[in-house]
Amino acid sequence: MKRLITAALAATMLTAPSFAAEVKIGFVTTLTTGAAVIGNDMQKAVDLAIEHMGGKMGDLDVNLIYADDGFKPETGKQATDKLVKQDNVDFVTGFIWSHVLLASRKSALDAGKFLISTNAGPSPVAGKLCHKNFFSTSWQNDQTPMAMGEVLNQKGVKSLYIMAPNYAAGKNMVAGVERTFKGEILGRDLTKWGADAQLDFSAELAKAKASGAEGIFVFYPGKAGGAFIKQYQQAGLRDIMPLYTVFTVDGLSLPKLQAANFEAVLGSETTGHWAPSMDNPQNKRFVADFKAKHGTYPSNYAAQSYDAMFLIKSAVEAVGGDLSDMDAVRAALHAANYDSVRGAYTYGANNMPVQNFYLLEIVKDADGIWTKKVTATVFENHVDTYAADCSMN
Amino acid sequence: MDYTLLFIQTLNGVQLGLLLFLVASGLTLVFGILDFVNLAHGSIYMVGAFICASLTFITGNFLIAVLISLPIIGLVGYLIERLVARTLYSRNHLDHVLGTFGLILVLDTSVHLIWGPAGFAVPLPEWLDGRVELFEGVVVPTFRLLIIGVGLAVAAGLYWLVNFTKLGMLIRAGASNRTMVSALGIDISTLFALVFALGAMLAGLAGMLISPITEASISMGGEIIITAFVVIIVGGIGSMKGAFVAAIVIGLIDTLGRSFLDDLFKLFMSPQAAETSAPAVSAMLIYIIMAVILAFRPQGLFPPRVR
Repeated sequence: MKRLITAALAATMLTAPSFAAEVKIGFVTTLTTGAAVIGNDMQKAVDLAIEHMGGKMGDLDVNLIYADDGFKPETGKQATDKLVKQDNVDFVTGFIWSHVLLASRKSALDAGKFLISTNAGPSPVAGKLCHKNFFSTSWQNDQTPMAMGEVLNQKGVKSLYIMAPNYAAGKNMVAGVERTFKGEILGRDLTKWGADAQLDFSAELAKAKASGAEGIFVFYPGKAGGAFIKQYQQAGLRDIMPLYTVFTVDGLSLPKLQAANFEAVLGSETTGHWAPSMDNPQNKRFVADFKAKHGTYPSNYAAQSYDAMFLIKSAVEAVGGDLSDMDAVRAALHAANYDSVRGAYTYGANNMPVQNFYLLEIVKDADGIWTKKVTATVFENHVDTYAADCSMN
Repeated sequence: MDYTLLFIQTLNGVQLGLLLFLVASGLTLVFGILDFVNLAHGSIYMVGAFICASLTFITGNFLIAVLISLPIIGLVGYLIERLVARTLYSRNHLDHVLGTFGLILVLDTSVHLIWGPAGFAVPLPEWLDGRVELFEGVVVPTFRLLIIGVGLAVAAGLYWLVNFTKLGMLIRAGASNRTMVSALGIDISTLFALVFALGAMLAGLAGMLISPITEASISMGGEIIITAFVVIIVGGIGSMKGAFVAAIVIGLIDTLGRSFLDDLFKLFMSPQAAETSAPAVSAMLIYIIMAVILAFRPQGLFPPRVR
């Protein structure tokens, strides 16, 4: 009897690899609170990517597990722990928020999993805390505002007022624009962020106006962006203090702003690594199918998440489905040998994308829908500032 | 010192204070008179904003939407009283907290299911979307002046209602001794339902007024309810006058703290340290005030005379 059980056990263990004919991907994002708008958009893009792949990466079935971070670092860490320990996923991906990523990264990396951020790019993960198993399909937080600082120099803006939320990414965005902007900073406000974020900016806008700056730079992702733009317009600053934004007017706020007929944003400029207008086959298919399915343009959050799925697919295929060979998977991820919706890019020594940044304008498309369009290239193959602090081991 | 800026910020503070008063007055009515802790008051504020936002898109006019939404949110409040609150009156405060916390989850999720997570940017009619120059150099958004006007009108209306009407007399009587009032032949349960509906209308109105500024969003209730509790604790629970004074004070402290604290800190610390610590301290300021008030005057600034 005992021998029989042993034999049976041995048989199960031998056949175990056949059960693992799937790639398990954990996706941490925000599915509750108002910030769920972003998470839902990511989810739509990931589902579309899986659909485009026919549900398979190489010979492996895709098993995708979504987890909600509730817009809170502690909940995000718990969700990551569960994915790593209970579900034993191969890849942990997602992450909108820098503070959530910083709280969760250790759980995934210590367990020997690959961690791929599809949005958050706080400075530590690109610099001192860089890790061989951490990759990004977005950017380091400072890069997009650095491009905006450069644009401001080109436009001859001499003085600037800065506003951003008081958390990891907000501080990075401020540092980024200040690094490249050559004019004078006349004031900056870091406002309360999180589940009870400050959304009424009357006091800050009054200060900005009194400062007499030639322009105002803001970073307000998610719902705060729409709120800020409305108040900026109501305060009548449009004529005296032009607005320069990053991640504030995006694919998520534009439909709302259009529904409320908020024409002030048309013609305003922002910077970024991707726009729905980009002309490559992968992007055209992504944008067209996303629009057909959901009726709106995808946001940059969606584009980055869509890319992450194809990045993972390229690595799974490169190793022939053998995910146990971590070194080979890592090398395949680092090669970035896939069709990105932003066009080709490479990975730097810190596993952050080395890519172009563009000037984007808010325009009406042929059907009258408000969207973003690339108007110029600001940086080519830009390497983030913190790459120098990274000693990969 | 820039006096124009100081004046504008004071105006902004008063506007925030009056908005807080709208929420806090409903809370203090229900807490003080019904002795019922309603954590879900903030969710009613959110539901009001969403109903009004939908109606704005249907009717095409924000003001008409507000007028239609007010009775609807009153009805919502009435139903909540009948279905949830009434069964909890006789229990202790912890049960109120648990029951209404459950109500928050139900209301938040319902709104998520009905309207989606995105929320609404609410458009204003053209004549409200502009600015008014009060005097040389002082330009304020018209809509913020409207909020100040509505807030003051509601405060005056409540003062009149509570002090000079039969309903107000019953409300005050019910607050001091509900058994005696019902023994005198007054239908106390209808009276309480009316008070609850009135509180819901006040919270809903605040939600409607803020949504053109900050958008209607699911988390908006949680953002204001804590501050509203701070207001009624500082003002004295159950006191309308206390709620009014405390709301204005808290609104001013919050706004002026956000505007001038970093300049103040720069006098005795490095600019970098001032810029990072000032937002943190200004976010704490109202709680520091509450702690001080609780330490020296635990019953609040203007505790009601009876009970």
